[in-house]
Amino acid sequence: MKFRRFRAIARKEFIHIFRDPLSLGMAVAIPMLLLVLFGYALTLDVDNVGMIVWDQDETPTSRNFISRFGGSRYFNIRGYAQNYRDVVRALDTRNAMSALVIPRGFEGQIGAEQPASVQLFFDGTDANTATLALGYAEAVASEFSIEVLTRQLKMVDGRHMVLPLDVRPRVWFNAELESKNFIVPGLIAIIMMIISALLTSLTIAREWERGTMEQLISTPVKSSELILGKLLPYFAVGMFDVLLAVLMGEFLFNVPLRGSVVLLFIMAGIFIPGVLALGMLVSILTKSQLMASQMAMVLTFVPAMLLSGFVFPISNMPKVIQFVTYLIPARYYVAIQKGIYLKGIGLRYLAGDAILLVAFGMVIIFLAIIKFKKTLN
Amino acid sequence: MFERIRHMLVKEFIQILRDPRMRYFIFVPPIIQLFIFGYAATMDVRHIATAVYDLDNSVASRELVGRFVGSGYFDIFEHVDTNERATELMNRSLVRVILRFDAGFQSSLLAGQSAPVQLIVDGTDSNTAGVVLQYGTKIAQQFSKDRFTERLARTLGVTPASPGLTIQTRTWFNENLESRSFYIPGLIAIIVMLTTLTLTSMAVVREKEIGTMEQVMVTPIRPAEFILGKTVPSATIGIIDMIIIAVIAVLWFGIPIRGSYLLLLFATGLYLMTSLGFGLLISTACQTQQQALMITFFFFFPAVLLSGFMFPIQNMPRIVQWITCVNPLRYFMVIIRGIFLKGIGIDILWPQMLALFLIGVATLFLATKRLHKTLA
Repeated sequence: MKFRRFRAIARKEFIHIFRDPLSLGMAVAIPMLLLVLFGYALTLDVDNVGMIVWDQDETPTSRNFISRFGGSRYFNIRGYAQNYRDVVRALDTRNAMSALVIPRGFEGQIGAEQPASVQLFFDGTDANTATLALGYAEAVASEFSIEVLTRQLKMVDGRHMVLPLDVRPRVWFNAELESKNFIVPGLIAIIMMIISALLTSLTIAREWERGTMEQLISTPVKSSELILGKLLPYFAVGMFDVLLAVLMGEFLFNVPLRGSVVLLFIMAGIFIPGVLALGMLVSILTKSQLMASQMAMVLTFVPAMLLSGFVFPISNMPKVIQFVTYLIPARYYVAIQKGIYLKGIGLRYLAGDAILLVAFGMVIIFLAIIKFKKTLN
Repeated sequence: MFERIRHMLVKEFIQILRDPRMRYFIFVPPIIQLFIFGYAATMDVRHIATAVYDLDNSVASRELVGRFVGSGYFDIFEHVDTNERATELMNRSLVRVILRFDAGFQSSLLAGQSAPVQLIVDGTDSNTAGVVLQYGTKIAQQFSKDRFTERLARTLGVTPASPGLTIQTRTWFNENLESRSFYIPGLIAIIVMLTTLTLTSMAVVREKEIGTMEQVMVTPIRPAEFILGKTVPSATIGIIDMIIIAVIAVLWFGIPIRGSYLLLLFATGLYLMTSLGFGLLISTACQTQQQALMITFFFFFPAVLLSGFMFPIQNMPRIVQWITCVNPLRYFMVIIRGIFLKGIGIDILWPQMLALFLIGVATLFLATKRLHKTLA
């Protein structure tokens, strides 16, 4: 490999990129626009779950109970039903996600120290939101229940009794449980994975389709010089994207960056070449822009989103699928991003992920180099 | 006119299917994707890796730990003796929860005082953390309640008549709260759009880039016929893909289709119209395939994330909610989940279908109009 030829290819590629300002602009603007949009829009925080109430009792006690749901930030009372049909309709049309039914005689039972019960219906379509909302509802009910119980005891005994267990939940790394704090670092990883692979996925196929590859073949340039020379300019674009993304995370979204900024960029520096080379490999294998674009989307888009641990925790997946995730570089990078941003951990903990990323990059670059044949047909 | 459309269609089918790799490529990846992602897309939280940091090491603390394990939600990963080890496990993401008892837990429990127990949760993934917190506090509260009634029985000699309030919860449409039933119909919608959108977004721009567009221009073909010729093959592929993966979803993953099959097919037709419309619009607007690919990504990525597939739309800011109104995936997400899980019909789903129809007509119309300039 001669440095001179590598430099010439890199220069040619830089000129290509700058000559198509629209594509260059898109390579920079699209990731940023997406980050802005999603940073604001995406949240997994469950609040304001729509609720419809069918109060058959209509007493001060039942209204007191209902107001505890209305008063919590997790529920939002959308309306009152008069019969069962209203309840069904509200859930069917998605006007409400939950329905609270208080049976007749509720106040009487509470007053008479008999067990009382209320019904709560949930639209389970979105299992995730439903599970969380269900938990909140149970917490509201259990608080009410304990209040009733201690009030009754006071009447019997006259003393105030304490509950035996004092549960102290504490949350580390993301104390307010804000989903933004893990979505933004993960999103940076996902966007970088997809955009990098897309950027390079057409470069070689385009030269074949347009016929300029024949000119390249007639030059003494070697496969390794061509591949690395083509990677360099896109690497610069990718790192620039990361820089902008990190700045946005800091100033726009105020995501806490607890770890080292230098480490953050070093990690980006070992992640990006691998995914760029992945796009390049797709381009080499397909030789057609149509196929390459299909393949690049399939290989990066959904895997990066679903198999990286971005939203769906890898530890919950079946074992076989967990093995598949090891093939997705975004998996390591998402873990690294979350680690540096939220946990503030350093290389001591991240070395394993980093080594696997480097290995991935080397294998893919190597494959791209040997798969590229400087022959016609 | 029919003659021209027929020729155009023959040419398009040949062009797509000529490459034997392409033949596989249109049908195999959607199937593989459904298999892998069908298993991957689950937010059900079970078997949470837990570290126990028990400085009391008493009967009572072990009993509470036993209840955590017995619930099926928590798996004990390790019993730790030092704070450093606990922190290390959390940093390495080997555990998500630390259950910590200080010395004197049992004695304060027996003395009728409030005995503290700490539940430390890794909040990195706020969503899972929220669920873990709920499970944990619920188990602890139940323990507390049991001890409370025991204590009452001991000191007062009575068991309280009223266990207070019980809340009976019942979940509709997805009784076991399995997130797989929720995600798989959505996944079908995404896979179908991915295949058809990338296919059509390249359709026109490729002819421009290779130069064959000029040959098309000298033929007497009209823009509408040209567009029809470009859409029908992709639509056919889309419908076939849809049927294959829907069958897999039902037979392999056991997702029920409670509504009408015919309605599902009809809605898929409307949905494909929008997907092809956007694809062609991108294709007519771009000059190179590279640009088309970038724009496709720029459209598809938000379309997926703002569709309600993973992130509930009602939690988004107002402005973003308005933006989602032009997102066909958003409507189809409601339709496909409604038909699969709720078994609801056109009487409830007609607004979504109407929206799909309008978006489809609008985009196809715009694409035809843009093509006029090139062809005429």
